[in-house]
Amino acid sequence: MASLKALKLRIGSVKSTQKITKAMKTVAAAKLRRAQDAALAGRPYAERLEAVMASLASKVVISASSPKLLTGTGKDDRHLLVVVTSERGLAGGFNTNIVRAARRRADELIAAGKSVRFYIVGRKARAAINRYYPKLTLHDHDMSQAKTARFEDAHAIAQDLIARYEDDRFDVAHLFFSRFQSALVQEPTEKQLIPVPLAKGAAQAGSAAAVDYEPDEEAILADLLPKNVAIQIYGALLENQAGFYGSQMTAMDNATRNAGDMINRLTIQYNRTRQAAITTELVEIISGAEAL
Amino acid sequence: MPLHFELVTPEKLVRSEGVYMVTVPGTEGDFGVLEGHSPLVSTLRDGDLLVFVTQAAQPATIRVQGGFAEVNERGLTVLAERAE
Repeated sequence: MASLKALKLRIGSVKSTQKITKAMKTVAAAKLRRAQDAALAGRPYAERLEAVMASLASKVVISASSPKLLTGTGKDDRHLLVVVTSERGLAGGFNTNIVRAARRRADELIAAGKSVRFYIVGRKARAAINRYYPKLTLHDHDMSQAKTARFEDAHAIAQDLIARYEDDRFDVAHLFFSRFQSALVQEPTEKQLIPVPLAKGAAQAGSAAAVDYEPDEEAILADLLPKNVAIQIYGALLENQAGFYGSQMTAMDNATRNAGDMINRLTIQYNRTRQAAITTELVEIISGAEAL
Repeated sequence: MPLHFELVTPEKLVRSEGVYMVTVPGTEGDFGVLEGHSPLVSTLRDGDLLVFVTQAAQPATIRVQGGFAEVNERGLTVLAERAE
């Protein structure tokens, strides 16, 4: 049986761990509020832009001069998986779930004989992806300086992706992130980033009314397509951030509760040991007295 | 039948309501949008968006920067990079 002193030390250490997890939970809860507001407020724009892009893509007459971001390279061989995770851990299965979704997709693509590369955003994906798919990482975007999701980051990533695309380095880009549903539920999500996914029912696009374009179709598309990529990434960053804090809050709440249970158990054990020691001591004194 | 008008920025949904008419600062000149306008997509220049809630009302002015406007059968959507 553990000595009294060891038990006491153990209780002390679990208590200080509990203090830390409790503080982390409180901080995560406070940050969650802000991140959640930002994510929810950012959704309409991303959704509307996506809708406009999709309807535009289905209406535009595709010709040889159409931008490649819209029409694709005409091939489907080289896939780029953009995996967005958080910079920090201690958030339960948050990052693992995103990586798992990306891995499932990657394995499918590899099995179908496609070539797969990774574009990593956020520190947590790095280790996991490098372990499962060594030497497949195309680029690793360092986000360690960013405290919150910023549009500039999304813009920089989008610029980089588009430059690589124009350079004919890949055919299709998929975006992996976690969609924020509530503090308890985050859903790993996959989205096709490049080329723009066509709206469902694009087949009957011909019957839709002719749309006027000002200044002209190509100028608008040239302006919109890169913007769309940036906004989709920005949306992913926002959603991820909210999801991360939600997940961290839940994980830390569980940790605090577990620490509490552990303290109770250890305290009971401590008290029992103490009583046993006292009883032994009494027996010794009494038998000593009797011997006189 | 009012025109369904939405003004959205990356940060938030600024407006979503039924209005009488909106004047939009397009790259190639301002244009007014009423209910039943033909489908149109236009980029925006930095300028003022005039929102007429009813035919007689004084317009509300919203300053917008960058972005574009789309008119379709459901109404007018202005996606601006900034609005105030």
